[in-house]
Amino acid sequence: MTSPPWAMLAELTHACPLHCPYCSNPLELVGRSRELSTEDWTRVMAEAAALGVVHAHLSGGEPLLRADLAAIVTAAEGAGIYTQLVTSGVGLHRSRMDELAGAGLRSVQLSVQDATAGASDLLAGARSFAAKERAALAIRESGLPFGLNVVLHRHNLDSIDEIIALGVAWGAERVELANTQFYGWALRNRGALLPTRDQLRRAEDRVGVWRARLAGQVELIWVVPDYFEGVPKPCMGGWGAVSLTVAPDGAVLPCPGAYALPGLAFPNVRDRALRWIWENSEAFNAYRGTAWMSGPCAGCPRRDVDFGGCRCQAYAITGRPERTDPACSLSPDHHLIRELTDETGPGGEVTVGSDHGDAGIGGKERAAPFAYRRPLSRSAGARMAIDGDRSGP
Amino acid sequence: MTGPAATDPLKAAAGGPDGVCARDTGVAGLVDPGWRPVPASSILLRHDAVRDADLLVMPERVVVLNGEAAHVVRLCDGSRTVTQIVGELSAAFPDAPVADDVPEFLRRVREEGWLR
Repeated sequence: MTSPPWAMLAELTHACPLHCPYCSNPLELVGRSRELSTEDWTRVMAEAAALGVVHAHLSGGEPLLRADLAAIVTAAEGAGIYTQLVTSGVGLHRSRMDELAGAGLRSVQLSVQDATAGASDLLAGARSFAAKERAALAIRESGLPFGLNVVLHRHNLDSIDEIIALGVAWGAERVELANTQFYGWALRNRGALLPTRDQLRRAEDRVGVWRARLAGQVELIWVVPDYFEGVPKPCMGGWGAVSLTVAPDGAVLPCPGAYALPGLAFPNVRDRALRWIWENSEAFNAYRGTAWMSGPCAGCPRRDVDFGGCRCQAYAITGRPERTDPACSLSPDHHLIRELTDETGPGGEVTVGSDHGDAGIGGKERAAPFAYRRPLSRSAGARMAIDGDRSGP
Repeated sequence: MTGPAATDPLKAAAGGPDGVCARDTGVAGLVDPGWRPVPASSILLRHDAVRDADLLVMPERVVVLNGEAAHVVRLCDGSRTVTQIVGELSAAFPDAPVADDVPEFLRRVREEGWLR
């Protein structure tokens, strides 16, 4: 029998005031008119709780853009689900914070892009650092558990000391130092985001120093850069094993990156019960367990530890989702990862994207080497830009 | 929104404080018998009807308590002292080494930051 899921990532909207080039949302963002209604989310929360979901991460995009966010929190809380808001902080004023806490929100994870306003705003593609600082204060005043998330890459790893110090100054109890995972927009921007081995080594050393210094006060989480480790991540705790993702339009996926995989039709909560989707749908059973594995995973003692790594990464790099994750040093495709990570010297910066000219924050005309995350127009021009510039295979 | 690994809340889902009934006794003296343990403010103790298990739910983690641990943690409501908790459990489980194990268990759970 299929064991029940523990967690649900509820992507309430893909709309976002930020345009981070490392975003793992799909290149084709779901438009607002296709989003689930309040009633839909209320039903999804009840079905998720009955199925066994304990945690819901209310994410996006920017979930604060949903005017009915408090109603969704109330529905989750009423169903017995613990909710965490995952937010850019833009729009998290004190009154909104109070409204959400009153509705039963249990915890907040705030993002920041770098330790200074200039660097953070440049990465976000929007003036947002000051709003984040205000949001941090509102979270702290609410008394809810406060985690700060910083996605790390070539452009901010060298600021690791300042980033951790910022987390301490803002009053976070947890600082999640999350090396970029290359999906969606991050995959498209991979050439511009991949750090060097030296950068990673230095940063990890500093995290060790800070960990000793902050022991018992602030928890530091280092999310490993799997491209560099030779060991695949146990992605999502296994396919259809621990967690499910509900996209803004109601599509249900085993992970937020799975939309990119070929040959899978992801069922929608508008058409099907969540339990049927989890237990019976072809999509959730495609890579569940270990029976789908071939060599070297099939005979590997670690197959129940890392579950063959990540299907989306296997597909992104080899074109075949059933291959061993090439991040694994035992993968016959591991050289494809090595070619990428060995190439990332400081001179390896690549300019991608058709819209980098809009990075002129504060009047500066500094062109960032990113394709900022933005909704695509349906025009042929935008499509060509995406198809032509995509940095992944 | 960050990558999947960054939001994986369940790195320790099935593990928890390694099963949870402390066998390595001998440091019970470190626990003040007058301490009235209560879950930390960020932590929710809840019963999971689907799995028929008691859970400690926190921002990025769920800890599954085994039966013995659940008995102890359910008594940690901020009103009972350690002495009272030990007394109640000794009465309920006369054959168990409660007086040795429970204070040590409480100390370890406090060290994790889950009780205060």
